[in-house]
Amino acid sequence: MARYLLRRFAFLLVSLALASVVLFVLLRMLPGDPANALTSVGASAEQIAAARESIGSDKPLPEQFAHWIGQLVRGDLGTSFISSLPVGPEVSARLNVTLPLTAAAFALAVLIAVPAGFVAAYRRRTWYGALLSGISQLGIAIPVFWLGMILIAVFALNARWLPAGSFPPDGWAQPGEASRSLVLPVVTIALVMSASLIRYVRSATLDVLDSDYLRTARALGSSFGQAMWRHGMRNASVPVISILGIELASTLLGAVVVESVFALPGLGSMLATGIAQHDYPVIQGVLFISTLAVLIIGFAADLIQRIIDPRLRAGLSGGVR
Amino acid sequence: MSIKKSALYATATAATLALTLSACGGGTTTGSSSGGGHDPDATVNIGSLYEPQNLDNTAGGGQGVTEALNGNVYEGLFRLTDDGKVDKLLAEDHKVSPDGLTYTFTLRDKVTFHSGKKLTSQDVKYSLEKVIAKDSQSARKSNLEVIQSIATPDPRTVQVKLSKKSISFIYNLSYVWIINSEARELKTSEDGTGPYKLNKWTRGSALSLDRFSGYWGDAASNKQVVFRYFKDANALNNALLTNAVDVVTSEQSPDALDQFKNNQNYKVNEGNSTTKLLLAFNDKVKPFTDAKVRQAVSAAIDDKKLLESVWGGHGKLIGSMVPPTDPWYEDLTAIDTYDTERAKKLLGEAGYPKGFSFTLDTPNYDPHPTAATFITSQLAKVGITVKINTITPDEWYTKVYKNRGFEATLQEHVNDRDLVWYGNPDFYWGYNDPQVTQWVEQAEQSSTAAEQTELLKKVNRKTAEDAASDWLYLYPQIVVASSKLSGYPLNGLNSQFYAYDIKKG
Repeated sequence: MARYLLRRFAFLLVSLALASVVLFVLLRMLPGDPANALTSVGASAEQIAAARESIGSDKPLPEQFAHWIGQLVRGDLGTSFISSLPVGPEVSARLNVTLPLTAAAFALAVLIAVPAGFVAAYRRRTWYGALLSGISQLGIAIPVFWLGMILIAVFALNARWLPAGSFPPDGWAQPGEASRSLVLPVVTIALVMSASLIRYVRSATLDVLDSDYLRTARALGSSFGQAMWRHGMRNASVPVISILGIELASTLLGAVVVESVFALPGLGSMLATGIAQHDYPVIQGVLFISTLAVLIIGFAADLIQRIIDPRLRAGLSGGVR
Repeated sequence: MSIKKSALYATATAATLALTLSACGGGTTTGSSSGGGHDPDATVNIGSLYEPQNLDNTAGGGQGVTEALNGNVYEGLFRLTDDGKVDKLLAEDHKVSPDGLTYTFTLRDKVTFHSGKKLTSQDVKYSLEKVIAKDSQSARKSNLEVIQSIATPDPRTVQVKLSKKSISFIYNLSYVWIINSEARELKTSEDGTGPYKLNKWTRGSALSLDRFSGYWGDAASNKQVVFRYFKDANALNNALLTNAVDVVTSEQSPDALDQFKNNQNYKVNEGNSTTKLLLAFNDKVKPFTDAKVRQAVSAAIDDKKLLESVWGGHGKLIGSMVPPTDPWYEDLTAIDTYDTERAKKLLGEAGYPKGFSFTLDTPNYDPHPTAATFITSQLAKVGITVKINTITPDEWYTKVYKNRGFEATLQEHVNDRDLVWYGNPDFYWGYNDPQVTQWVEQAEQSSTAAEQTELLKKVNRKTAEDAASDWLYLYPQIVVASSKLSGYPLNGLNSQFYAYDIKKG
């Protein structure tokens, strides 16, 4: 296990290093000029040149790259071209919104999808099993911004139970207000996410229900519950966990639409603004951190799968291959 | 000179690009004046689509920094009033030498910066030099480059020598923030003399200002204002509907107005705007080199119908670059009436009886795509084929503004008094009429405002007759507020939003 962990860690470092190079190169290949965001109509050629100089986008690329890597090694994500604010603290401020949002939505989605998916599979021939299946199918087709707008209309504009959006400027220093402002976005993401998760849980459960080992366990005297718990769940959870990892990672930045509908200052909207302004340090910073997060999530999913499924462990500990 | 964008989500881009000028001034009148009974210690939440890019108006802060800080945090020697006049602010008095080249300003006494330092002539010198410095991104830089030297004979006197006469000098000074000469890191902090000081800027969400207890003038009638920033106009309207914000600085979704109009809890105010939607031809590229072609295109587009479809009865038609609040305004809508027969005749005279085709570079945010589609269908009726090329604000700057690689484009121009760009043959639209250039120069050298006005009226008429561009319409400036609020600014001159008279009851 120690060797496995070490190998995964080395893999993580190499991936990050590669990502930083690719990020830098790809960004510079995009057409566009960050100085444009600072100039206004009426700006003279001299002013445009001065804008480039002030942000350093006129320097040779290798020099810019060395500068960025140098900062990165020291744990500094650099300074925004446009706002002159340091990127690191802003990313962490945005994570204060995005992480709770993603984590809560993810947890809620799992709480909904696992039982619902199981019932949809186990009771697939009853009316409610079919209904669950149908609802999840429909749910996949629902655009997230539309669901957000509906929830706002019902719970914020009409019922007045919850805020329609925005995050308190003082953030978690106002815990009540901050939590309340995240309720509708969390529900929005969770509902959409659980719609597709239900499908995965359902099909994984179906596979297990039809399996020989479950029948064997039952024949050996286990109750359905015991057999399902000991053999079924374990087997079904392996593919579901990879899907969960992917869903979690994509929600991190994919929440940008929800952030916009609910006016939340999250990581996704920071990235969107950065891209619009060609604010390279901001884009690089956000993508670097999210790459890191995605790698860690993938790592965690892998690890959990190994713990659940001894067959995966065996391969690495030098045993049966 | 600058461009404004409505920041619908799809166009977050635009919003942030905040192409607007940095500096701005602008007077504003107040909204309803429902007298007493207000809370002097209220917090006013102001909803806006225009977040500052940074906090320095000489470093590309954009439209948002003007809206939030101009007049609230920073003050100039002069300020623009709502009807476009210039009032004294930090200048107590000023004298102009008979040759019009030397301006002597006496500063108001007992003015302190938020840091506690006293305002002196050194700060004024520093602030002026900052605007004309090499790395300045101020939109007033070129106007203020007439400054030859600045002397500070004593702490309350500033003497400015100009290299040539400039009748707009005082007006331009209303765009110049007076900043503590010792202040640093102005992109993320401030040190001004205004009635509010910056409390905190949380990028992506809010900027809060606290009443400054050491203010030299009348204290603000509220304790705190919080500008809350939105990327999506619907999200902003929802915030107003749920009382998360008290007022929206500039309503950009006409469809949403009805829900406020029919609700006694809200007041919808329509003020004067200086934002014009232009179909700007590249006057240096065929066939738009021919005034007849430009006139034909202008005559073939029914501006009234366009305005109706975009803004549903709000906004105004204009016949030139000049909005009604500029001193040299004349109603010239009669020059460019909707008349397809005349358009066809003009096309025939210009040698294009069967029409022609051109590419219209269209910024990707509202209302440009809508306008482009409308224009395409209108021009098809006179045989002109339009190819719509959708571009981002960034591409617009590179392709259209810097490289002039376009035939025609759509663009919003935000500021007042920007007719004078037609006097600059190097401007992006390439209009080049030596007579107009000369009038604009002479106007700037005028000794009296009357003389300046008369010359610029000539420029106005000439550019309109030449159809230098097609001025589609003047935007409405709509402020929607809770009916508990009074004293907010109604007009959107240069996108400033003075908050100090706002009373919350």
